[in-house]
Amino acid sequence: MAFVLPSVLRTTAARLSALYLLLFGVCAVVLVFYMTSLSVSLLTTQTMETINEEAASLGRAYQRGGIPLLVRMVGQRSRQPGANLYLIADSHGRILAGNVENLQPGVLETNGWTEVPFRYERYGEGAERTQSQSETLPDARSESLASHDAIALVLRLPNEMIIMVGRDLGEPQRFRDVVRQSLMIALGMMALGGILIWFLVGRRALIRIDNISKAGRRIMGGDLSGRLPVTGAGDEFDRLSENLNAMLARIASLNEGLRQVSDNIAHDLKTPLTRLRNRAEGAIAANADPQEYREALEQTIRESDQLIKTFNAILMISRLEAGYSSEQVVEVDMTATVQDVIELYEPLSEEMDVSLDVSLEKGIAIQGNRELIAQALSNVIDNAIKYATLDGKSSRVRVKLQQGDGNVRLSVSDDGPGIPEATDRERVTERFVRLEKSRSQPGSGLGLSLAKAVMKFHNGTLDLLPENPGLTVLMTFPGR
Amino acid sequence: MNTIVRLGEDLSYNPAMKILVIEDDREAADYLRKALDESGHNAHIASDGEAGLHMAETGDYDVVIVDRMLPRRDGLSVISELRARGNRTSVLILSALGEVDDRVTGLRAGGDDYLTKPYAMSELLARIEVLNRRGGARDAETLYRCGDLELDRLSHTVKRAGKEIVLQPREFRLLEYLMRHAGQVVTRTMLLENVWDYHFDPQTNVIDVHVSRLRGKIEKGFDGPVLHTVRGAGYMLKAA
Repeated sequence: MAFVLPSVLRTTAARLSALYLLLFGVCAVVLVFYMTSLSVSLLTTQTMETINEEAASLGRAYQRGGIPLLVRMVGQRSRQPGANLYLIADSHGRILAGNVENLQPGVLETNGWTEVPFRYERYGEGAERTQSQSETLPDARSESLASHDAIALVLRLPNEMIIMVGRDLGEPQRFRDVVRQSLMIALGMMALGGILIWFLVGRRALIRIDNISKAGRRIMGGDLSGRLPVTGAGDEFDRLSENLNAMLARIASLNEGLRQVSDNIAHDLKTPLTRLRNRAEGAIAANADPQEYREALEQTIRESDQLIKTFNAILMISRLEAGYSSEQVVEVDMTATVQDVIELYEPLSEEMDVSLDVSLEKGIAIQGNRELIAQALSNVIDNAIKYATLDGKSSRVRVKLQQGDGNVRLSVSDDGPGIPEATDRERVTERFVRLEKSRSQPGSGLGLSLAKAVMKFHNGTLDLLPENPGLTVLMTFPGR
Repeated sequence: MNTIVRLGEDLSYNPAMKILVIEDDREAADYLRKALDESGHNAHIASDGEAGLHMAETGDYDVVIVDRMLPRRDGLSVISELRARGNRTSVLILSALGEVDDRVTGLRAGGDDYLTKPYAMSELLARIEVLNRRGGARDAETLYRCGDLELDRLSHTVKRAGKEIVLQPREFRLLEYLMRHAGQVVTRTMLLENVWDYHFDPQTNVIDVHVSRLRGKIEKGFDGPVLHTVRGAGYMLKAA
């Protein structure tokens, strides 16, 4: 607990709850103070109205019966329980009648409403105090007066006598005190609750985060198959864990891909490199004439060019699979792109005695990269022409572009020997996989892998479908 | 009909160029200088970006070859600085980065052409030849002539010895590019880039088939070859 608490305090949940607590607290205080002062001033207004009425009735009594009636009436009213404050004094301020024994000095010198609440002492209350205190100086006396606050209306009669009618302010003050006290208790409870929730939530979050961190460290430590814990609560931590797990799975698959690539590179680049080296070595050893040297060197250059091509293709596939920069994706006119590639291959197919049947739907556009699509299609058509002529018969290749079911489908079919085995059709798009029959054909074994990577980049698919005879390569792009 | 010219044998008529190579790899730079000197050019070497920028500004070169990754100032910044100071020398960027976006950033920085390492020397030579004539009168000309072969860019017609030859649109663009660079070696990659706007190498060399088809149209029934194959490099249009 002692060492958990500081880290609990540092959680986001804790900070947020502290902030909310503070905000709500301030709002509550402001609201309650506003409300109580409003109520107090309302009550004060009522009090003043009461006093006004009282004063008016005393005034009427004076007019009817003069001083005697007034004094009698004041005496009568003073004795009622919860009575107002009444006081009649002579022009020197000496108290003649009423229920007020002591007054804060200066109150009787005002005319009309007292401007601020003043302190007073009811008749009889003074008896509780000692004589010496009551005879101290007026200033000191006012300090020692019992703490009753009141407001009053002070009136002067024509004969310089002073009548004061007042009312104790104890009630509104008590009301205000009660409200403020309950507010303080409420705030205290709120703070307590907030701290409790804060601690519980913060600690829970902390435990979950710690678990995730631990799992993360374990994975970083080398256990790449490890995954972050998912509690099944479906909350934000679970969602985070699930997403991070998906990310880890993607990293693992990329990692696996990378491992495969390096294995394949080692295997497939070493073979031609060895051949290259042997040829150079052979040329030196043969003591050949310049013409033969020249041919050997030219052959060497051709092979290294092929190697560079293979290398570039591998790099490109890796980059595509790693998620090529997406700023290159723009609207591509598929019809025109396909048309261009077909036009590029038309003379070749003519020369190879392959007829190209083309059926392109007009005005098809997708979001993509023209260059990549052209390269993928070029690889596929290249293959189709190559394999359509494998058995020596005159043959044809069909290229079809159509739109439907929200997809754009581009298919290239040949009537060559095809790939009869379903497992072979699966394998052939993997890197460097070349089926036995095609080993004699030129090519790196990367053409279809590259096309597949391009399709994956476009969130599409590449499928190989058997034909009778032949093979269809179907590229499906998601439509817009 | 298919004349084969060996690289280096028949290029002596090309004017010598003063070339600056900004390349920090000493061996690569020396090899490049040797090859350029052998082709009749005059090559200088700068081994870092700052020195390269200074030499390019003061040396009055025909072509500058810049490696992208250089010490002290990288290649792209050398180019943009050069352009910012109003220098219009043709620049060829050499780079190990070969993706389309790398090419685009290179050209956007002010480079005129982009070549990916490793490259064939014949490809580099062909490209700098073409760069040297950039901005010359040819781009503005509307009528290209090479011997008795004529190409009118406005009316889209091609004539040889006064007789009209009908070409497909792509064949026309192919011939147009070859004629614009008549007397210069044009590689297959250059054709793919400039005529087809593709920056990849198709598995089969489809360009050869296009060229031989075009050759058939402009040579069959006419007097002498004009479209030559330069072995190990590409093609060249040249009047006999």
